[in-house]
Amino acid sequence: MTASDIITALETKFGTKIKSKSLEAIDPFIVVDPSDLVEVVRHLRDEPTLAFDLLHNISGVDYLEPDPKKAAKAGFEPHLEVVYHLQSFQHRHRLVVKVLLPRWKNDQKGQLPEVPTLTSLYGSANWHEREVYDLVGVIFVGHPDLTRILLAEDWEGHPLRKDYEFPLEYHGIRGR
Amino acid sequence: MGWLEGRFEESVVTTTLEQAINWARESSMWPMTFGLACCAIEMMATGASRYDIDRFGAGAFRATPRQADLMIVAGTVNFKMAARVRRLYNQMPDPKFVIAMGACTCGGGPYYKYGYNVVKGVDLVVPVDVYVPGCPPRPEALLEGLMRIQDKVRAMKDLTKGQPLEIPIPARTGFTHLPPELSDPDPVKAVEKQNAWAKRNKERAAPAKA
Amino acid sequence: MSPATLQDQTIVEFDVRTDEMLVNMGPQHPSTHGVLRLVLRTDGEVISEVTPHLGYLHRCAEKIGENVMPIQFIPYTDRMDYLAGMNMNLAYSLAVEKLCGMKLPEKANVLRVMIAELNRIASHLVGMGAYGLDLGTFSPFLYAFREREMILDLFEELCGARLTYSYITIGGVHDDLPEGWIDRCKQFLDYFEPRILEYHALLTTNHIFVQRTAGIGILSKELALSHACSGPMLRGSLNRKAGDPEWDLRKLEPYCGYETYDFKVIIPPFDDDYYGVPYRTPRGAVIGDCWHRFYVRMLEVLESIKLIRQAMQRYPSAQGSHRIEPPRHLPGGEAYLETECPRGAMGFYVVGAPNKQAVPLRVRAKSSSFLNLSVTNAICNGCLIADIPAIVGSIDIVMGEIDR
Ligand code: SF4
Repeated sequence: MTASDIITALETKFGTKIKSKSLEAIDPFIVVDPSDLVEVVRHLRDEPTLAFDLLHNISGVDYLEPDPKKAAKAGFEPHLEVVYHLQSFQHRHRLVVKVLLPRWKNDQKGQLPEVPTLTSLYGSANWHEREVYDLVGVIFVGHPDLTRILLAEDWEGHPLRKDYEFPLEYHGIRGR
Repeated sequence: MGWLEGRFEESVVTTTLEQAINWARESSMWPMTFGLACCAIEMMATGASRYDIDRFGAGAFRATPRQADLMIVAGTVNFKMAARVRRLYNQMPDPKFVIAMGACTCGGGPYYKYGYNVVKGVDLVVPVDVYVPGCPPRPEALLEGLMRIQDKVRAMKDLTKGQPLEIPIPARTGFTHLPPELSDPDPVKAVEKQNAWAKRNKERAAPAKA
Repeated sequence: MSPATLQDQTIVEFDVRTDEMLVNMGPQHPSTHGVLRLVLRTDGEVISEVTPHLGYLHRCAEKIGENVMPIQFIPYTDRMDYLAGMNMNLAYSLAVEKLCGMKLPEKANVLRVMIAELNRIASHLVGMGAYGLDLGTFSPFLYAFREREMILDLFEELCGARLTYSYITIGGVHDDLPEGWIDRCKQFLDYFEPRILEYHALLTTNHIFVQRTAGIGILSKELALSHACSGPMLRGSLNRKAGDPEWDLRKLEPYCGYETYDFKVIIPPFDDDYYGVPYRTPRGAVIGDCWHRFYVRMLEVLESIKLIRQAMQRYPSAQGSHRIEPPRHLPGGEAYLETECPRGAMGFYVVGAPNKQAVPLRVRAKSSSFLNLSVTNAICNGCLIADIPAIVGSIDIVMGEIDR
């Protein structure tokens, strides 16, 4: 199936749950709400004509222009994206699923946004979600073991956020 | 050997005890297998067929620090690893030597600017005897570094002059908490101190306005 | 213990009371290939749980990627998977080129194929040597490094570096081949090809080696797919005779013109003459075990030699230049591309800022070993402590790639 077929099939099934789509992008993608994510991805995986049984990658992207002077021209509103790259072992087609999130939950600084976890569907989601939590700061609700995976347990902040400040020292070792 | 030399037959060698011990030490440097990153591959290449570090008596790579004299820190040390490096160093028996191999261990290397998690030089954690720069250093460079360590051993005078065996360990251990200028029993004051420090550092780091 | 089980003599034999114990392995351990740390929960000798702890080599590559220009990021990609620097350069360059929509001249593609395959050989050689070391034999390591040094000499002529090449860049390769390089490469391949049989005699068919790897750490196809394993790890679990696809991105989603080359994808079983090698599956080896993963790698070396020979034939008549100038600013949008690196499918996800900046908004490196390693707990269950080095070694991890 080509990407447009897949997206049409999804739209007939889910209707307005597919918030937006892009076929012109280099890798065609759909956008869903966090609350619908598990339902849509489960359908993508279990429907035999789609059969997306490989979850290659989960990445968190922070859309923020840290320099306030340039922010007006940046071309995007500040937000976070969690991007899922799926592929089918049988049919070999690919699809990108995106979830848009606010940078902070309820716009209160320090409260991390939340997405439901996909660990029940894919084994590969486990470590990838931990990594996104660690580096970008997104909470995956329902994850069995959501702890930092790359950085030390007592690390503060989420380094891949654009407004992250580099630590001056860590346990007595200077950082710069 | 002054007046003693040449008094005996040709097959008799005279030396001091100190020199004999140093000679034994320098020709059987046992390094610890301590590969961290890319430089470890070059360290392996140094031990393998072409470069053959065994020619210098340092080919017996030990997996445990307790049997090693030489720690070749080959690769990037990050904050999570720093405490381990320090502990392994402490576990080695005296006299012990450290080679910092590669730009990363000399001072952060390619990760200096944006590496939020990289220790900017392993000498912040353990004392370093010889720095071998390069990214990665060629095996020849590592061999040269080893020979400098051997020079150092040859000149050791701990028996006769009571010279200390190791260079002082840096105060920053990786375990300790903040240095005294940043810590305070009163948490509010401590935060103030740290903020002031951060601000000063930021101003210092900011590029000069033309 | 109930009397019924007590009647079975073998159970009494094994019913020595043991305590559960936590054993820490690493981060400084010779057989964890760098700084992996495993915490083993064992009952006597039998493993019940393995928890890998990562991050002892986290070097912030993704943060660096979004602060420097793509061409400046190329050196960091070598340092990610330092055994296969050229392949990593290629993966990142292709992702950026996909984002910019660049089409490369034929010569650049031929050069890329040749160099990437040569590096694949070097990487698999280290994989073999280090695997031998894990299992307690030292000599294959010496043999492997002897040949690897020759490949490094060739690379040194190309770009001056032994390990961190940065030779393949965005828009092609950095320089054309030096004079006489093709001949020297040919000489090397002629020298190298008969040596592979030597390795097989030394290691692959060695009785002790087979005993320690055959039937150990069996990874089923379902588990491999669920964890999105790739590369030799996944291919070792597929079955050609059961109709599994040839899961190699060089065949499935060809890049650099791989579709025009003639090569086979290595998939078990190895009990017939399909690949034209003299050695067959030893007794006890089942599909998906450590031995199969290892052997897939060894056969890939042969296929790489074939590929290099074909590319060398094409090189003199290849059209175009070795490099074209990349655009100064990245266009907006995002591109995700996976390539087949020696350890599996290495993906780069590059997001360009919508207002056309020189630096990307986000660079994400999806590492293959990261996912390959995530199955450790499942495949180590119930094995002995001494099997752990065999299993972890057969995954052929590089910590720089996992932690980035
Ligand atoms: S100095 Fe260079 S080669 Fe060595 S560990 Fe650091 S980045 Fe890797």
